[in-house]
Amino acid sequence: MDARRLLSGNFSFADLHPGVLLVIVFLLAYPGFASDFFVFQIGAYTLILGTIALSLMMLGGYGGMVSLAQLTVAGLAGYLVAIVGTNSVGVMGLGWPWWITVPFAILAAAVFSALIGAISVRTEGIYTIMITLAIAVAFFYFVRQNYVVFNGFTGFAGIEPPTLFGVYWRDPVPFYYLSLTVAGGFYAAVLYASRSTFGLSLQAIRDNPRRMRALGYDVTLHRVFAYFLAGLIAGTAGVLMVWFNGRISPGSVGVDIVIDILVIAVVGGMRHPIGPFLGALVFVLLQNFAIDLIDRERFNTVIGLAFLLVVLFSPDGLLGLWQRVRPKLRFARTARYEAGRAEERDRQGAGPLEQT
Amino acid sequence: MPGTDAFSRLQSAGRYALELEAVSRHFGALVALADINMTVAAGERRAVLGSNGAGKTTLFNAITGDFPPTTGRVRLFGEDVTDLPVHERIRRGLRRTYQISLLFNGLSVIDNIYLACRGVSRRRFSLRRPGRDESAMETAETLLGAVHLEEARDMLVEALSYGQQRQLEIALALAGAPRLILFDEPAAGLSPTERSELIEILQSLPEHMGYIIIEHDMDVALRVSESVTMMHNGRIFREGTPQEIENDPEVQELYLGQGGGHA
Repeated sequence: MDARRLLSGNFSFADLHPGVLLVIVFLLAYPGFASDFFVFQIGAYTLILGTIALSLMMLGGYGGMVSLAQLTVAGLAGYLVAIVGTNSVGVMGLGWPWWITVPFAILAAAVFSALIGAISVRTEGIYTIMITLAIAVAFFYFVRQNYVVFNGFTGFAGIEPPTLFGVYWRDPVPFYYLSLTVAGGFYAAVLYASRSTFGLSLQAIRDNPRRMRALGYDVTLHRVFAYFLAGLIAGTAGVLMVWFNGRISPGSVGVDIVIDILVIAVVGGMRHPIGPFLGALVFVLLQNFAIDLIDRERFNTVIGLAFLLVVLFSPDGLLGLWQRVRPKLRFARTARYEAGRAEERDRQGAGPLEQT
Repeated sequence: MPGTDAFSRLQSAGRYALELEAVSRHFGALVALADINMTVAAGERRAVLGSNGAGKTTLFNAITGDFPPTTGRVRLFGEDVTDLPVHERIRRGLRRTYQISLLFNGLSVIDNIYLACRGVSRRRFSLRRPGRDESAMETAETLLGAVHLEEARDMLVEALSYGQQRQLEIALALAGAPRLILFDEPAAGLSPTERSELIEILQSLPEHMGYIIIEHDMDVALRVSESVTMMHNGRIFREGTPQEIENDPEVQELYLGQGGGHA
């Protein structure tokens, strides 16, 4: 799809790749033929995890900063929904209306993310991973030990989305569409912004921070702003997550799930915003159905093996596999097309050497 | 170092683009730059010569702040920038190229130049895509033509030839109305044709755009500069006009004598 045409208003759905159109139609029609379990536990959950991983993809793929604290950012937003909104535990629950609670939680998560950025952007590669992992672990222990605000080990329960326009938004189908809107919106926004002035500068900083400084860019500030944007994405997904689960506790922000987000992003591929959603789909399917193949306790072995296989065969994740296969498919299609043309020429009696 | 009459006239012609005052740079026990005092007039075109390890690139790094000086002061257009980070110095009209191309390999040629144009403008955090009619994009298209890279416009930088990457390196330094550019061996590794194209580009720069060029090829250096600084072992050895430097017996012995053999 040509973005310039999209911007100039000459865009029509006919410009979309048929495959893309098919996916959009499928996603919109999905609740029409899928059971509630597939709509809610598979569909919506994939979209939420994918959105959190999208915030990591944005930082890692475009900015070269792999942050393990994105789930922590989402977790803070979730906690805040319980703390300043309503919960059934009797701790905190300030009872703010949803239209203050939700923006507040998302914005606070983004500021938290920017703070994590400010701490970690002076490091590179493995050190960024270590420092953000340390922050994630610190947050986990903090919420587990703090009973006054975070209600410690128990956490919060009874957290519900508002009933709006007569719709109870935690019902599978409305919740699916809510998640799809959020995920689709952020997906399109990231895709669009990747070619924006800021998006380009972020990728340039990934390629060569020193040169960016020599062009007048404040590299640190740009990186922190990227963390802020990623925080908006992760925070919004965090709000959906807490509505999805109806509860939040230290276990929701544990190290195992922190690592899961990284696995999802890497399995899916960090080069394109669709990667995290592919990774999330594989992850959620394995999480739900690996039990049919092996014991529940062995789930981590399966996801670990899947991770190993993907990384081994394609450093760019599932996206990389696709990109490796696609030229061959295209070649086969072109070859078929050429063969068809040649046959037609022969039928018309033209010599095989004649140029067309 | 003693300046001759012709050199002094050049120096006193206008205000200074660059003033270095007792600048030194140490790497541990190694003294890469020792007590450099140097002034470059606005719009002046200076060549810096010297053998490998003479401290030429370290001098550039001290000026831009890539590796700030250990001691001494750096002034750009009369303003003390010693304590400013790199990007702040750049926003005051300074640019540089690198000896080994430092480009954005994952982006297209035009995006590289566009970012260079936007680096010193406002709205660097814009989340909107640049339109073709945006002024920075128009400037980028002009620069693209100036370094003869029109045909490579949408190619990824990693796919460019070595010569094209050197051209792009120059384009990045020319973007955003610079007033003083530091060229670090721009002609290294170029073919004779590319080399003359480079000389043409340098000679056609607007008059107010001064530069300092590190160049091993005496022929190129003397054609594109109006003054020369000779460095040796981290110190300034001679300063003067190209003719004076070329005819200086000590310089000949030190540099041209050895350098002429293999250059």
